Amino acid sequence: MLVHIPSPLRSYTKGSSKVEAEGANLDELLNHLDKQFPGIKFRMIDEHDRMRQHIKIFVNKETVDTVRAPLKSADEVHIICALSGG
Amino acid sequence: MAKPQGNRVQLLIGTRKGAFTLTSDPVRSTWHLDGPIYLGHIVHHFMVDPRDANSQIMAMKAGHLGPTVFFSRDGGKTWKESSKPPQFPRAIEAGVESGNPDPEKNLADMEADKGAETGKSGSENDKKNAVEVVFWLTPGHESQPGVWYAGSAPPGMFITTDGGDTWTPVAGFNNYCLQSEGLHGESATPGGQLTHSILIDPRDPKHIYVSISVGGTFESLDAGETWKPLNKGVQADWIPDPAVEYGHDPHFVVMHPKNPDRLYQQNHCGIYRMDRADGKWIRIGDNMPKEIGDIGFPIVIHPHDTERAWVFPMDGTDVWPRTSVGGRPAVYETKDGGNSWHRHDLGLPPEHGYFTVKRQAMCADSQLPIGIYFGTTGGEIWGSLDEGASYSCIVRHLPEIYSITATLV
Repeated sequence: MLVHIPSPLRSYTKGSSKVEAEGANLDELLNHLDKQFPGIKFRMIDEHDRMRQHIKIFVNKETVDTVRAPLKSADEVHIICALSGG
Repeated sequence: MAKPQGNRVQLLIGTRKGAFTLTSDPVRSTWHLDGPIYLGHIVHHFMVDPRDANSQIMAMKAGHLGPTVFFSRDGGKTWKESSKPPQFPRAIEAGVESGNPDPEKNLADMEADKGAETGKSGSENDKKNAVEVVFWLTPGHESQPGVWYAGSAPPGMFITTDGGDTWTPVAGFNNYCLQSEGLHGESATPGGQLTHSILIDPRDPKHIYVSISVGGTFESLDAGETWKPLNKGVQADWIPDPAVEYGHDPHFVVMHPKNPDRLYQQNHCGIYRMDRADGKWIRIGDNMPKEIGDIGFPIVIHPHDTERAWVFPMDGTDVWPRTSVGGRPAVYETKDGGNSWHRHDLGLPPEHGYFTVKRQAMCADSQLPIGIYFGTTGGEIWGSLDEGASYSCIVRHLPEIYSITATLV
């Protein structure tokens, strides 16, 4: 399925804003992303499988707040980093 | 492996927006700035391995992303991210039998047990600590090439044996924090309850000191398996019990390389010295001028003289501006172990100089005469080439400076 990558994480995907990954749930998808782009998962998900505070993940434009969220192969995933900073 | 050597001083600078290096000529009269390395990333600590000139390491975080460590094995030409950055063990699902000494099980089970003991329920004791910041890096003992220690917020300590690629928890310390009230990260300072000042006794790699902001200083004699507080004599004005064992707020603790039993500490509540056999901190900051006080973040020691140290006092009155006292920045030096202090402000702004120098942003080089350097949150680096007597601004317009370390190239 298509995964949209926010700009702070594109150093892992060699600049790509859209990549393909698979998984029956979000955790599997993120593990597949991490296999392709080592280190990317830990920047979004902490050691207890919780989304970091300023990360939001959308599946088909609906927010999900757990890595256990189920996925289907036709789903589209957006990973968003908070816009704040300074 | 060759140790860093050369006749040029290089400052490694961690900032809020990336890392920089500042390299001098052989007489330290001109400086060349390189960088930024990883522009936009918060670099808390950046240093060269004193055991291997080619090895460099940075503790980093990028805005909203998780913390990590980057390392270089070619003197900073190329960098690689840790494949396993410092992180606490993953909490085990409920139902696993508790028991020592498996550190993987201990964390989640101790949290569950604590909930049963205290009667607290819900989110407080379900909280599982995750590393928010890798704040501090310390190279391991001379006899342990490739070993580094890292300190985190919430309080945690981690070790690598492969030069920074993979990190594992120092379970003894992390479990000690989990078992001790007030060391879970809940008493957060603005940057979190930081683990810092990890000090390895050059005589014995198993002898380690570590400090936690709003936590105290602790000592291990067995490579981090067990710990004891080492805060006797340190004041903690906000704690009702003056005899409390820990909970104090060390900002920066140093151990003298020539006499590892001599420690100095810049604390939220003053400047202290300890000779380890005494087991008690003495507030040498009481000898500072009363109108200046003895509050600050960093403390720097002379690499060869155990009696000499430098501090950068800050205003700790009322709402704690944490800027130079009276808007007149100055470095104070002791040459007698803190029994007396001398002001040095030649070259610094005589007024309206509201400098804040973070705890890791002041250092000395190893040249003779010693160079003293400090970086401000306003992005300036000031240097002294006469052992702290006078200062000039070496570079301006950098981002907020978090740390400065010195090496030779």
